[in-house]
Amino acid sequence: MIIGGLVGPIALLLLAVIVPAVLARVLGSLIRTSLLLTLPIAVSAVLVNVFFFAGGRHVLVQLGPITATAEGLSFAVQVLARILAISGAITLFYLTTPPASLVVDLERRGVSPRLAFVANASVQTVPAMVDRAGAITAAQRARGLDTEGSIWRRVRGILPIVGPVILGAIGEVEERTMALEARGFTRPGRRTLLWAPPDSSAQSAARWLLLLSVPALLAARLAGVLG
Amino acid sequence: MLIFEGVSYRYAGAERISLRDVDLELHDGEVVGLVGANESGKSTLCLLASGLAPRSIGGTLTGRILLDGAQTAGRPMHELAARIGIAFQNPGTQLSGVTATVYEEVAFGPMNLGLPLADVLGRTRHALEMLGIEALAERDPARLSGGQQQLTAIASLLAMRPRHLVLDEPTAQLDPAGTRLVGEALARLAEEGASILIAEHKTDLLADLVSRVVVLAKGRVALDGPGRAILGDPRLAELGVAEPSGVRLARLAREAGLPQRALDLAAASA
Repeated sequence: MIIGGLVGPIALLLLAVIVPAVLARVLGSLIRTSLLLTLPIAVSAVLVNVFFFAGGRHVLVQLGPITATAEGLSFAVQVLARILAISGAITLFYLTTPPASLVVDLERRGVSPRLAFVANASVQTVPAMVDRAGAITAAQRARGLDTEGSIWRRVRGILPIVGPVILGAIGEVEERTMALEARGFTRPGRRTLLWAPPDSSAQSAARWLLLLSVPALLAARLAGVLG
Repeated sequence: MLIFEGVSYRYAGAERISLRDVDLELHDGEVVGLVGANESGKSTLCLLASGLAPRSIGGTLTGRILLDGAQTAGRPMHELAARIGIAFQNPGTQLSGVTATVYEEVAFGPMNLGLPLADVLGRTRHALEMLGIEALAERDPARLSGGQQQLTAIASLLAMRPRHLVLDEPTAQLDPAGTRLVGEALARLAEEGASILIAEHKTDLLADLVSRVVVLAKGRVALDGPGRAILGDPRLAELGVAEPSGVRLARLAREAGLPQRALDLAAASA
């Protein structure tokens, strides 16, 4: 974080994540998704910093050889705020930007169609693989495969599903590649694009403002003005 | 015109040759059916005709394949794609996997060719109309049935407006209504001057559509002639090809000793 201490991350969380999320009406989804993603790392970061912070003097709790200090707690809260700011920003981007819009806009701005295709295909592959796994699971169950019950049974049941899912996907790559070639995908040069995502002058101005604020904040931090 | 001159082909790493000394000519506006038992070389011939073999999948090719007077070997695939289109049996792998709607999927090929936007939109609309799938335009291609996906894949191919079409069992996943739609679209394309090569198990479809039939057996051309004559040839069954239902009906009527009138009726339906 360019702005140090607790103020910087919390201000960033409020201004760059919470306010835009409220405006985009995705605050509920943002909180749920963001907490789900960050919970394991946040809990471990808080525990480590509260109980194992080097150089803490003001003891809050003593649990045998482990000591929780006020300095450790303060640093843990700072780390937590940073983690939430980062995960919140990524989640907000995910919730407000359809992959297709991102890819079209990247391509419109000159990114290689192949790179854009790879980015889009990576996102689209996940639901396709989930569908394939669902179909294979149903087929294997119909043939008597047990995927319920104890953990050991479930683990044993997963193996006959994972193989066909992965091998099937790999097997389709060659034919899909040929189909893309036969549809002129390897042609050099720019493709025609059907549409462009809406981009108002206010959005453009906001992007420039954010971009310019990075070197400005860096300079301020180096000059000792911030944190 | 598409010409095979003494073409033999062996897949990379394969011990046996898949196609042997094939001579074939496909004239503009001609619809040719390609039949044969499993592993007779139909799909291989389709891949070679489209230029995808050996360019994309490797293997060894001897002989010459000429497309509109120039050899396909050495020509970039995107250049061939504007002249010759290929549809495979499995519709799932023919879809790009990156489009949100059928409309975008059909437009994908013309977009790749860098055509003006109005041209892309016109081709897309026309291809959807030809296959009667305008109602699917806003649907997610990944959520369609196998038959609807195949119609989308064929529409995507038609939107490229190639002069030559190669279809490897295009109706394998279609119901009779879908098969009829594809047949009608192909007949219209042929009227507009496109040459079409169809590898197909459904000889009933071929009987209605093709002017000529080529039968492959063990990688060689076993029979080549006018559609009705070849599809009525008694050697067809020996070569592992199902006769059209009309021909079969006539044969069964003859074997059962039915009167001439029944034979005539069966022949009329063939």
